[in-house]
Amino acid sequence: MKNTIASLLCGILFGLGLSVSEMINPARVIGFLDVTGEWDLTLLLVMGSALIVTIVAFPLITRRAKPVLEERFVLPTKTKIDSPLLSGAILFGVGWGLAGLCPGPALAGLASLSPAIFLFVAAMVAGQFIAIKVEPLIWK
Amino acid sequence: MIEPNVAGGLIGGGMIGLASVLMLLLLGRITGISGILTGIITWNTGDGLPWRTAFIGGLILGAVLYQIFIGPLPIEMQASGPLLIIAGLLVGIGTRLGSGCTSGHGVCGIARRSPRSLTATITFMVVAVITVYITRHLLS
Repeated sequence: MKNTIASLLCGILFGLGLSVSEMINPARVIGFLDVTGEWDLTLLLVMGSALIVTIVAFPLITRRAKPVLEERFVLPTKTKIDSPLLSGAILFGVGWGLAGLCPGPALAGLASLSPAIFLFVAAMVAGQFIAIKVEPLIWK
Repeated sequence: MIEPNVAGGLIGGGMIGLASVLMLLLLGRITGISGILTGIITWNTGDGLPWRTAFIGGLILGAVLYQIFIGPLPIEMQASGPLLIIAGLLVGIGTRLGSGCTSGHGVCGIARRSPRSLTATITFMVVAVITVYITRHLLS
């Protein structure tokens, strides 16, 4: 129960952060990606600011024997730079560039009740579902 | 150049970083939104369904709170109709195959000094920049 409440509060903080930083706005994201157009460096500031916090704090936290509310850390175990990683990053990059939306801002953006964002999220969920089904057939 | 949102970007970015740090400290988890979503889509009841749904719910709630206390969400859509569906599908498939998105690879993975995440982040950023160049400058 405690971890569910903690997760909810972290989600709220994250959603507020996306809104305050305007990363919830596809125009800001495309503006950053449009390096040869009227460049908008807001995304760089957001990512830089977030990274300063995580880069300093993460090593201090993982030095602990366990997290505060759970028995163990659950961290990614893959280390190889393989074709699923690269092809996935390429497909994601194309989708991100087309709409200016990535998973966090798209989900938080549901709060606006914009039908366009609901459409994007539905397609994104369908895409993950397709990948989950197709993945084992290609790479196994 | 478009006027960047300096204060919002730095403060919002700090909030995103802090939320990711708290998730690692309290739950021992990486804040990768696409991965958290995957865990809900597969409905794996053994893999933390409550904290995952609480986080995504919080993400949306954070944006709702922004609308109540600060103002309308700054959202200017950049794509519509079929393009939005294609973008959503690509983001869904790509984040699943590539094991992450802007939050998991970009904010958390780089902080973990993961070469996989750094490679993924550079890849999807470069591909997104090229995508925007093609759609904004070559095709229009």
